[in-house]
Amino acid sequence: MSFGLIHGLLTVLLMILFGGIVWWAFSSRQKERFDEAANLPFADDDDQPTRKRSEKGDKQ
Amino acid sequence: MTIVWGIVGMLVGVIIAAQLVWPALNTHLEYFTFGRLRPLHTNAVIFAFGGSALFATSYYIVQRTSQARLFGGPLVGFTFWGWQLVIVLAAVSLPLGMTMGKEYAELEWPIAILIALVWVAYALVFFGTILKRKVQHIYVANWFFGAFIIVIAVLHIVNNMSMPVTLFKSYSMYPGTMDAMIQWWYGHNAVGFFLTAAFLGMMYYFVPKQAGRPIYSYRLSVVHFWALVSLYMWAGPHHLHYTALPDWVQSLGMVFSLILLAPSWGGMINGIMTLSGAWHKLRTDPILRFLIVALSFYGLATFEGPMMSIKTVNALSHYTDWTIGHVHGGALGWVAMISIGSLYALIPALWGKERMYSIKAIEWHFWLSTIGTVMYIVSMWISGVMQGLMWRAVNPDGTLTYNFVETLVQMYPYYFLRFVGGAIFFLGMFIMVWNVWKTIAGTKAVTHAVPQTAH
Repeated sequence: MSFGLIHGLLTVLLMILFGGIVWWAFSSRQKERFDEAANLPFADDDDQPTRKRSEKGDKQ
Repeated sequence: MTIVWGIVGMLVGVIIAAQLVWPALNTHLEYFTFGRLRPLHTNAVIFAFGGSALFATSYYIVQRTSQARLFGGPLVGFTFWGWQLVIVLAAVSLPLGMTMGKEYAELEWPIAILIALVWVAYALVFFGTILKRKVQHIYVANWFFGAFIIVIAVLHIVNNMSMPVTLFKSYSMYPGTMDAMIQWWYGHNAVGFFLTAAFLGMMYYFVPKQAGRPIYSYRLSVVHFWALVSLYMWAGPHHLHYTALPDWVQSLGMVFSLILLAPSWGGMINGIMTLSGAWHKLRTDPILRFLIVALSFYGLATFEGPMMSIKTVNALSHYTDWTIGHVHGGALGWVAMISIGSLYALIPALWGKERMYSIKAIEWHFWLSTIGTVMYIVSMWISGVMQGLMWRAVNPDGTLTYNFVETLVQMYPYYFLRFVGGAIFFLGMFIMVWNVWKTIAGTKAVTHAVPQTAH
């Protein structure tokens, strides 16, 4: 096997891997976990003033 | 300290911009010449201002989203004081002319070793905190910070491999072209991971937080992460087009730089679309405006970058002011503005305040920053393209149409505009200092309870 062939195969392999990541990320099975993760910045809203402010619309 | 170093770094920037307009400002003191102040400027804005902002926000974000306190106890203090010491040493050694001569990695070997120690401590604190997290998921911002910490450690150590000759002088261990390639592998990934990935971590926390709604698409952010980290690694050779670097390496760098447009814009769209359904908040919340305009400049710079990495475009743009314009579009527009916006959100939270002392002042700061940045990059675009065209113009008999001094004379008005743009941006920072002072004066920083997710 020449280096060229190995590099070519590696490229194909990495592309498949990337395709796999995309497929995994967009599969509906991850949806619930991702929704949960996406809400992590708001887990602390009770003791944080930040949210109240943005809801008030910040007029003054 | 972020703000203090921001002021220092930008002040030096304004001084060297003025030196370019009025060369007499170089004075006869060698410590105060452009060649020595320029690395001081880049180190101060990137590592002192940007670095301090990243330490602060990453420590805050990793704690909030992992629902755990920082790991490492005294190590945390060590990262702060160690980093400040690095900055002070840089500020002393660079004007004295001690340098490795590698762009963005100028600091001599004793300082480089100190950086490596601080960085390892940083990694321990950060990943230690991730390990003791109370939630199952590692929030996407932490993925970006994590990649940034690991990659910078690798880059810094590999690129700084050198032979010390004396305490203040060392030589790179790599020969010729290989040294250049390693330097720009380092250099472009410093852009990719320090100035991009890490600040994206900031974006992925503060944009949703400030908008009051979760990120537009979490799945897109996962793809964004993996695409960004795997592509950036290969883009370095575009800094070495038409040099002794093998042609195929140059083309490889160009192709990867072009593909980078996709994840970059994916990330930008993800950030901006988080506001969908809440666009009205942009009208009333200048902090959000900082964050979103930063994303717009990010989009601009990541479109311009791949374009400039195309060899034929690079033939015109390389070595001209266009590059300087591109860098500042990223540095002022993206890095500085996302940091400023994040700090305006972070500071009241840290001191237990509802909001910053004056929202009007943030508004002023926003406009000064935006106008300053636009003036800066537009003047550099015009100047750069003109420079490139004049350098390559040839007469029918093959001689050059313009000599170098003729091109320089044409640059004057634009160098002045750049100085004014930079000064306007700098002015905005003083408004920030005043506002922060008014917000925190007389109060103590609060210790937040560790957030708990209801199960």
